[in-house]
Amino acid sequence: MAYKKVSKKYNGKISEVVIGTGDKATAIGGRNVLPLHTFDGEAGQAPKLGLEIVDIAPTDWIDAFNGIYGDVCNDAAAWAKLVEEKYAPDFIYLRFEGADPAGQNKSAEECAELAKKVAQNITLPLVVGGCNNAEKDAEVFKAVSEALEGKNILVLSAKEENYKAVGAASGLAYKQKVGAESAVDINLAKQINILLTQLGVNKNDIVMNVGSAAVGYGFEYVTSTMDRIILAALGQNDETLQMPIITPVAQDAWSVKESIASEADAPAWGPTEDRGIHMEISTASACIASGSDAVILRHPKSLETMKTFVQGIIG
Amino acid sequence: MALSGIEIFKLTPRTNCKECGFPTCMAFSMKVASGAVEIGKCPHISDEAKEKLSEATAPPMKTITVGTGDAERKLGGETVLFRHEKTLVSRPLVAVQFADSMSDDIIDAKIANVQKVDYERIGEQMNAESVSVKFDGDKDKYIKLVEKVAALNKVVVLVCDDVAVATEALALVKGAKPVLVGANKDNINEMVALAKDNGAVLGLCADTVEEMYSLVETAQAADYKELILNPGTASMAKTLENTIEIRRTAITGGDRVLGYPSIVFVNDLAGGDPYLETALAATYVLKYGSIIVLSDITYAQALPFFGLRQNIFTDPQKPMRVEPKVYEFANPKEDSPVLLTVDFALTYFVVSGEIERAKAPAYLLIPDAGGYSVLTSWAAGKFGASVIANMVKESGIEQKLTVKKLVLPGKVAVLKGDLQEELPGWEIIVGPEEAMQIPKFLNEFK
Repeated sequence: MAYKKVSKKYNGKISEVVIGTGDKATAIGGRNVLPLHTFDGEAGQAPKLGLEIVDIAPTDWIDAFNGIYGDVCNDAAAWAKLVEEKYAPDFIYLRFEGADPAGQNKSAEECAELAKKVAQNITLPLVVGGCNNAEKDAEVFKAVSEALEGKNILVLSAKEENYKAVGAASGLAYKQKVGAESAVDINLAKQINILLTQLGVNKNDIVMNVGSAAVGYGFEYVTSTMDRIILAALGQNDETLQMPIITPVAQDAWSVKESIASEADAPAWGPTEDRGIHMEISTASACIASGSDAVILRHPKSLETMKTFVQGIIG
Repeated sequence: MALSGIEIFKLTPRTNCKECGFPTCMAFSMKVASGAVEIGKCPHISDEAKEKLSEATAPPMKTITVGTGDAERKLGGETVLFRHEKTLVSRPLVAVQFADSMSDDIIDAKIANVQKVDYERIGEQMNAESVSVKFDGDKDKYIKLVEKVAALNKVVVLVCDDVAVATEALALVKGAKPVLVGANKDNINEMVALAKDNGAVLGLCADTVEEMYSLVETAQAADYKELILNPGTASMAKTLENTIEIRRTAITGGDRVLGYPSIVFVNDLAGGDPYLETALAATYVLKYGSIIVLSDITYAQALPFFGLRQNIFTDPQKPMRVEPKVYEFANPKEDSPVLLTVDFALTYFVVSGEIERAKAPAYLLIPDAGGYSVLTSWAAGKFGASVIANMVKESGIEQKLTVKKLVLPGKVAVLKGDLQEELPGWEIIVGPEEAMQIPKFLNEFK
């Protein structure tokens, strides 16, 4: 008997979504093969890598980041510029933690003002995140989308509680790209995509955030959710699931005890920073192998490693 | 390929004797076809029929046993490409790479790491299960090294394509079901004979799937099926492609020639970069590595790797559970609060992580709640007031306390009244709805 290659062709295709403008614009998705199965067909875009910055100096990041960024953390515009010049990710993720009503409660206008300054300082595409308060995020995203009209940013994200406001403002009025967020469940992912498209947002303007977890913390749900979404999108040609996936790995990876426990608390484990980097890299590559078309990272070393990984593994 | 109910029916005596517990042979055959019943339940089935059936229902991928005694592990035997389709069964092993070209200091440091990284996570012991010893040219040193690492009592992988050296090395670990990686198109016949003589699993090395296919055919023609496949280290992309092709030829294509586990030398692919090793190791946990070779093991690498592996290789139908008992945080005293949650591992991990983060002394009481989330187990009647009250009493926690304060998960606040009745002398407090609010709650707790 001779070897017979079992290749798999799919009818469906993940849509390709461009964020940013000009030379540095970046496209995500666009493949009709399983993740990393570039040898099967149209490989589309290689997974894209973003680095996270925050609108206010982060209080819950491990000390090592002070050594990396220092004072620049107090000025998001300068921080973004530094990240672009020094680390060159595919995009920058600006998270408005300062808008949290339970925290600094910065107004939507302040956030928009800052977003403008950040955008003026960089040429890379900008992805914008909120404070995880659905109501406030809707206000912030509206103001930021308006202020950055024409910049083609991606807003992370619209969820069930605020999709109407976010979809109408960011997607329809200001023509930005919209993230559709759901919590690790194929049906919820499908539902939020349908709700957004029914609102009038073009399906080619939607990127999914299907939820995530650090490895070891229920990652089996993440991988199985992504597997099922991608098999439905490619195999069953399910148009409501053909949006590319972006996964904010950083926040999950840097909040588990393996990444934050001090050396004093866990002496056997070795340096905190090193643990966090491995946790972030492991989670990011597991996400990419499961189906993420873009991941958001926090540590520059993670970014550097994932660049090498993506270049090498995509071939 | 699996047989249909009708085909199985033809193998039965067709007497409807009912001794199997089913009313007719046909009903029994249908159950066997669906995998619900073993064919052996029929007392009259012939050995020949049994063999035919077990061959037909065997997984497309062979299960290979490596190591002996405490070190024994199973590889392969997978039936699906994605865990949600059924389940993945054999978790990949970690092997740490040694070589005769390494200095004694490096070798000793690695041995120390292999011994040091050994911990429990949700009832499972996590450590590198295997050591890989590569022959780099110094035979005397190699033989000594094999002897040294074999004493660690792990699965031994010998990486050596020199038949004479491999013969000597294998003699040292004969009987321990080692793996010998080094058969290629030039030495396949000698290597098969050697592996056969020593009861070793033979690792076949090829940079293309076509070449691998013919190597397996050669080994099988010599009647040897204790094999593991090394898809090479030509490049990160090519190695992954080979690994995927091999697995799906077996699973999707049903071609058992490639139905063997794989060994992936992530250490070589990463060229000495431990971070890149982590990225590749995670990829091969998901995409079909059976033994994943690393250059070393540290807690920083092990914690995410073993966490991911444990997640991916859980049965989707059986949630991971933690042991029902009282867990202690930050040396709790007789007036520390007793928090309550369920035995679903994910819930436990999130809740215990937040309690640790709070750095406040506390107990965490976990009853047997069926392994589901808080709301699910409550809705299923497995996390009610009587279950909780029984656990409070059985656990003996009351003897440790002078102040009895029980903190309920906010999502089951409804249980407060019933618990108050079941546990006189306790103050029942409704805690936060989300785990992330626990540090704030505990730090403000009085």
